[in-house]
Amino acid sequence: MSAVLEQIFQVGFLAAIIRIATPLAFATLGEMFSERAGVLNLGIEGIMLLSAMAGFTTASLSGSLWLGVLVAVLVGALMGALHALFTVVLGLSQHVCGIGVTLFCSGLAYFLYRLIFGQQSVPPSIDGFKPVPIPVLADIPVLGPAVFSQFTLVYLAIIAVPLAAFVLYRTPWGLSVRMVGENPRAADSAGVSVIATRFQAVILGGALMGLAGAFLTMAQFNAFTFGVVSGRGWVAIALVVFGRWDPLRSAGAALLFAFVDALQLRMQASGLGHIPYEAFLMLPFIFTIVAMAFMSRNAVAPSALLKPFRKEER
Amino acid sequence: MFRLEARTSTPAWFNLALPLIAIAVTLVLCSGLIAVAGAGVIEAYGVMLSASLGDSYAITETLVRAAPMIFTGLAVAIAFRAKFWNIGAEGQLLAGAVASCFVGAIPMPGYLAMLLMAIVGAAAGALVALVPATLRIKFKVDDVVSSLLLNSVIYYALMALIEGPWKDTFSGYPISPPIEDSANFPVLIEGTRLHLGVIVALIAAPLCWFLIARTTLGFRIRVTGENPEAARYGGISVQRVLLSTALLSGALAGLAGVGEVGGVHFQVMSDISPGYGYSGIVVAMLARLNPLGVVPAAIFLAAVMTGAEAMSRATGVPAFLSDVIQGTALLAMLVALLFTAYRIRRVGAQT
Repeated sequence: MSAVLEQIFQVGFLAAIIRIATPLAFATLGEMFSERAGVLNLGIEGIMLLSAMAGFTTASLSGSLWLGVLVAVLVGALMGALHALFTVVLGLSQHVCGIGVTLFCSGLAYFLYRLIFGQQSVPPSIDGFKPVPIPVLADIPVLGPAVFSQFTLVYLAIIAVPLAAFVLYRTPWGLSVRMVGENPRAADSAGVSVIATRFQAVILGGALMGLAGAFLTMAQFNAFTFGVVSGRGWVAIALVVFGRWDPLRSAGAALLFAFVDALQLRMQASGLGHIPYEAFLMLPFIFTIVAMAFMSRNAVAPSALLKPFRKEER
Repeated sequence: MFRLEARTSTPAWFNLALPLIAIAVTLVLCSGLIAVAGAGVIEAYGVMLSASLGDSYAITETLVRAAPMIFTGLAVAIAFRAKFWNIGAEGQLLAGAVASCFVGAIPMPGYLAMLLMAIVGAAAGALVALVPATLRIKFKVDDVVSSLLLNSVIYYALMALIEGPWKDTFSGYPISPPIEDSANFPVLIEGTRLHLGVIVALIAAPLCWFLIARTTLGFRIRVTGENPEAARYGGISVQRVLLSTALLSGALAGLAGVGEVGGVHFQVMSDISPGYGYSGIVVAMLARLNPLGVVPAAIFLAAVMTGAEAMSRATGVPAFLSDVIQGTALLAMLVALLFTAYRIRRVGAQT
């Protein structure tokens, strides 16, 4: 047994957790900003897929990975703007629009990918991002190789989490976001533009979802496949709830999920197949549903979530 | 100056006009993608139309594909009528498929097997839908998120089955064992795939319409959706209505899975549903939540899907155009629905 455990918890394990957690952290932060402003974005699954495709295609055609990241972020922001146009400006029902955005973005991603690359037996791949060890820090035992010899985008995610917390809790804009998500009427009376703030938060959220997509096709897999996102957007929706709409807690939830996922991958590889790996993949969803049942009593969700705001209506 | 003004009532012709406008706008928008792909727009849409509705065989193929979306469309339409936000038709469909596949593999007389498949499949779907409804009633859990997340749970459960105990030991493929030949739904027209389940779907739509429009339960569902406060004052137990709606909605989505197992695939695999549960939302919205409208809406989407494959072969435009059309149609319909809530009024310049 101990030999098996050793095989599972080898040095690369921690590094794998960090790598798996990175796209989830970006996506979760994106969904969190959107929901804190009162807008559920079920378009996340499709936005991640379209951004992943756009980033991969740009990198593949131009040879520049960072240009790919930029395009992925812009596409994410643009699709966030589309969702915001429907849900914030026009006040349409958020869940149905979100499903619409996901269907639209996924369809567009499949369509454009097939149009540009055709049908190939082996999907084209790119030379993706390489780990960039940070001098001195990378030499720390265990932590060094796991955390400080990673992709630049991983470092960006590590910075993004406290930064998101700072923006949300310590800046005037963050205050506006929380106000329009909790009590848009009061925010409006206080002179905060509910429409503008929500619009900005959903676009920022979309950009972060785009970053998540970029990581998948340009650092993690270095190729685009139709299943490249495979439910990670839905996982992010769960993690936001599980992390109680807080950046640090949500990132913690992403790490926890990444740990379970990495464990599952290792167990599959080590032939310890008593438990089907799908049982592990189910866990975040089951945990979140159970957690929602316990949390709802002390109502931690943004009060105005799912509620459109129209100034002239009372 | 133009101003948006709230509407109190909508003319009846809106029910027909809005989806048609939404579909027209969708086809115009998506023609841009056909042009980008370097094909003639008229030609591409023409191939799509003739390959999906052009001859009797094509029509049967389109109907076979429409059947699961009629069921999921009805499931979503009835749930949304009560404002039970069931985004989980996909998972309920999968549950129905798995349950009916279990039953269908047991040797027994064919008609008994088909009946039991339908009952067990519907029950499985209903059971899954009961989870978000119960959580909402008992714990005030948001049904949008819980029903959506359940889709992933059911999907992984299905994968665990077909990669575990159900795995084909001979080929190693992750597919379930086939159901008994006698349990295969009878084909109604020789040489086509038009199976019994399609007729059941076509009959289910008017039955659901009758239930919603003409029965006490239907009345309760409508009142609960439109005004839960009024429902409560009127002595309607909103919680019980929500539970009944969830059972009904889940059962309908489960039947979509039964039809796919009994009439099309005769076994369960990972891609047994190409998102029919989510398509059900598109169908229900295009139908304006009217069960009778679900049939033409589902046939439209099915025609786009079958037509897109032929169009791809003929013109080289990727068949994924059908997925884009689906998403665009849903968004266009949502915008079109604004006209039922508001009207644009010209007002004099304000001084």
